Amino acid sequence: MIARAFGLPALRFNGLIGVLVVGLLLLVAVFGPWLAPYDPLKLDLMARFQGPSAAHLLGADEFGRDLLSRLIHGARTSAWIAFATVVFAIVFGTVLGVLAGFLRGWTDRILMMVNDALLAFPGLLLALGFMAVFGASRNGIIVALGIAYMPVAVRVVRGTVLSIREREFVEASRVIGNSGVVTMLRHVLPNCLAPIMVLATTMFGWVVLSESALSFLGLGVPPPAPSWGNMLSTGRPYINQAPYIIILPGLCISITLLGVNLLGDAVRDWLDPKMQD
Amino acid sequence: MVRFLLTRIATAIPTLFLVSVTVFALMRAIPGDPAALMLGDLAQPGQLEALRAEMGLDQPIIVQYLYWLGDVLSGDFGRSIATRQPVLPLMLDRFSVSATIVLVAVFFATLIAVPAGMFAAWRQNRAGDIAVIATSTLLLSIPSFWLGLMLLLIFGLQLGWLPVVGYVPFSRDFGSALLYIILPVVTLVLVESGSITRMARASTIEVARLEYITHARAKGLSEATVMWRHAFKNAFAPTLTLIGLVLGSLLANIAVIETVFTIPGLGRLLVDGIYARDYPVVQGCMLFTAFLYVVVNLLVDLLYPLLDPRVTA
Repeated sequence: MIARAFGLPALRFNGLIGVLVVGLLLLVAVFGPWLAPYDPLKLDLMARFQGPSAAHLLGADEFGRDLLSRLIHGARTSAWIAFATVVFAIVFGTVLGVLAGFLRGWTDRILMMVNDALLAFPGLLLALGFMAVFGASRNGIIVALGIAYMPVAVRVVRGTVLSIREREFVEASRVIGNSGVVTMLRHVLPNCLAPIMVLATTMFGWVVLSESALSFLGLGVPPPAPSWGNMLSTGRPYINQAPYIIILPGLCISITLLGVNLLGDAVRDWLDPKMQD
Repeated sequence: MVRFLLTRIATAIPTLFLVSVTVFALMRAIPGDPAALMLGDLAQPGQLEALRAEMGLDQPIIVQYLYWLGDVLSGDFGRSIATRQPVLPLMLDRFSVSATIVLVAVFFATLIAVPAGMFAAWRQNRAGDIAVIATSTLLLSIPSFWLGLMLLLIFGLQLGWLPVVGYVPFSRDFGSALLYIILPVVTLVLVESGSITRMARASTIEVARLEYITHARAKGLSEATVMWRHAFKNAFAPTLTLIGLVLGSLLANIAVIETVFTIPGLGRLLVDGIYARDYPVVQGCMLFTAFLYVVVNLLVDLLYPLLDPRVTA
């Protein structure tokens, strides 16, 4: 209640956990190279399948590479790809959504036609198609997932713009002689920020999941560079021999997704009180 | 009613047209000449030109698209570069595998998740609700392929109760087909019931606030009658939309589950096609999956007025 009175979100337990998990992920991602005890690519055949020990806190994988270091660098990969993809999808999605919603007419019709065509594909299918074009690479994933998720942003932003442009303050801005561009940037866009932030948080989770799925399929981050998804894929043949090689990367993905989902719910409750139960 | 059906079906046609354009454009954006890819390294210079002409690759791109669309509409999806088999029967064969798993999984997920969500809504903010919400949020956060690997590790490898990899068609041996399908189906049921539960809960809460529910309670009807007879019908419609989306997107996401359990389904066909640059297969699988996605969503739309009387036919 006190937090509410000062206009701050009343962060409930769930939201707090979400903030902590996502905060931790970002810290590990940024400071990863200093935190990791070993080079994630360094082979040590003597240490193959070694369980957790003082030298390798979480054990070593099928090539004797330090698992903890690989998980830390994997966090960096996932966080960077998710961040870049969300920025890509949201920035382009917002620009196109605002254009469609504000200009209306033919611009709107053509943009929405293309957008609906892209929305007619389930997200991962479109991303798979783009990966076929780009080949498995880091930047390829960012562009592929960015294009696959952009239509959702276009739709959300356009919908918001359409409802805002009819409001009195937008009309007032036009009446006092502001140009369309000024009205759009000063009055319409700032009011779209709440739904955009809710979407961006949710999308971060989708991208972490999709990137790990693509990498698991061998169409994402190419080995030997570590990503949580490709660690699951390359470790899969040794699942019985050294289960922790598979258990740990999956736990990392699950904890990250749980954090992002909890944070997403909290952000939505905070910015969009209508959605609260 | 007939008019409603026809209008809705007609709106899907431009979408399908745009989907076909997108798939065609994507495939043409793949670097490399399809004809050269088909011939391999041993091609003579004249052979390449001949094949390009035969495949219509020397025509303008719009003409190429129209030829392709005509072929697809008559059921000719071309032949796989790798195996020389026609793509359509190959896809249908693999699809029957994926469809079995997806349909069984979505059926059980709905059967579990919808009552769970309604129960949570009924006990809103009490212990039962919090338990359901916590479980579904947790399930929502576990990637299907990892959950599959964990189940495979525990029930397949450690306990040895279930076969680890592979698939047996139901037509061949019902008993072992059932054994092979359990782990992939359970994985998908667990993962997908998370989102369906949350949706069912949210839409039930929405409906439970309405006056007619208060009215039904005031009439002295039992809670069970209020929930099932009055709340369920209106709360189920939005959940059905989500189930349609889940069903459709599973057809694309099934590739990861098929990879975990080494199942020869449609998703695996697509991914293997991408590895092998077998572009007729990739093109066919993408078009076929997107087509199914559009059709599933269309069917949900068509079912809507039956479930929600407020949407008039």
